[in-house]
Amino acid sequence: MITKRIIPCLDVKNGRVVKGVNFEGLNDVSDPVSLAAYYSDWGADELVFYDITASAEGRQLFTDILREVASKIFIPLTVGGGINTLDDFDRVLKCGADKVSVNSGAIRNPLLVEEAAKKYGDQCVVLSADIKRVDGKFTVFGKGGRENTGMEAIEWIKRCVGMGAGEVVVNSIDTDGVKQGFDLEMLSAVCDAVKVPVIASGGAGGIDHFTELFKKDPRVSAGLAASIFHFGEVKIHDLKKELSKNDILVRL
Amino acid sequence: MIAVIDYGVGNLFSLCSSLKYVGADVVVTGDPEVIKTADKIILPGVGAFEDARKKLAANGLDELIKQRAAAGVPLLGICLGMQMLFEESHEYGVHKGLGLIKGRVIAMKGKIPETLDVPHMGWNALKFHNPSPLFKYITEGDCVYFVHSYYADGCEQSLIASSEYGIPITAAVQNGNVYGCQFHPEKSGNVGLNILKAFCER
Repeated sequence: MITKRIIPCLDVKNGRVVKGVNFEGLNDVSDPVSLAAYYSDWGADELVFYDITASAEGRQLFTDILREVASKIFIPLTVGGGINTLDDFDRVLKCGADKVSVNSGAIRNPLLVEEAAKKYGDQCVVLSADIKRVDGKFTVFGKGGRENTGMEAIEWIKRCVGMGAGEVVVNSIDTDGVKQGFDLEMLSAVCDAVKVPVIASGGAGGIDHFTELFKKDPRVSAGLAASIFHFGEVKIHDLKKELSKNDILVRL
Repeated sequence: MIAVIDYGVGNLFSLCSSLKYVGADVVVTGDPEVIKTADKIILPGVGAFEDARKKLAANGLDELIKQRAAAGVPLLGICLGMQMLFEESHEYGVHKGLGLIKGRVIAMKGKIPETLDVPHMGWNALKFHNPSPLFKYITEGDCVYFVHSYYADGCEQSLIASSEYGIPITAAVQNGNVYGCQFHPEKSGNVGLNILKAFCER
């Protein structure tokens, strides 16, 4: 059977990874290629690169970096950040990305999801949604979680999956950064609504939170995190060993 | 020299990078003259069967690949490239494949339990059925990366590995010098690189 995936997410600004700290045996933690290789060697099932630069020069640096990563690391790569048009899809896919994650770009123009799915296949289009409870309702936020779109999240996700999004990253703003565990209630609501892989993001503070995630809702396909991996609080290899001990199927 | 067939289907960047990584002399080409001189051929592919099959036939590459395979040149089909090795595909109608391996390609939907998602996407473990030189550097139980909605059926004679997804799904096949992987070795980490390395040594 398909194994549960563990996915570190790397934010890249001007060609460097932000937020990295020191790892044993890794000299330059802000070098995307070294960090990607490190994660790959230690069992990451997939890598997500977010381009958080705004400038055109930064964008060029990002694609150069991506090409270098893709020529040395042979696991699936997802790219997000600044994806607004089919040309943006084209740009990153040509550099070796396997999947492209859309967020604000899809909010601005939902047809982007449909057009991209038609052109590159559903499996290539990942919908990333930043979701926060507003008056008890799951609400979609845009622009990196700063802007309330007023859209109900489950409806939004269903609509995008209907247009061809092949996978959904659910990032709970409510649990993000709190490190008290993933937002199981939100994730279950999404799993109830769609039949594509759902990736949990936001809230992981330790190994137990991943065990809890996959035990409580086995429909969740993957766990994504950034800082706990970058700061070395959780080592992917240890995490996967622990999941395996708890009878959760992982690639070791 | 290994010829990776370029017929306008899919992204060959990762495949070429991974072949170079294992030390292969790779040429990406759609030129029949170059393909004729290759001592190994890789047929990649993603997307829809019918479209890919037509593109492959457009400049006679399908017949050339068959000729080279018949002449004993090791041939590896990957993902859709593997599916094209079979006799026919039932993806949106019935379409003829290259007929190099006995069997047909059918939809997973309706065959696998309804609770499982299609496409079959992610890392899944290999179960070996028959020994193959392709597996020289890997062991049973190793995981490889899949993304597909159709699978090969009725190919028991050439089945060398399967993966469990509600039912056994054909993962790799071999008929003499003709090999096929449903999964993506170029996205399957060290296990995938080791499969490519083993093919390059044929």
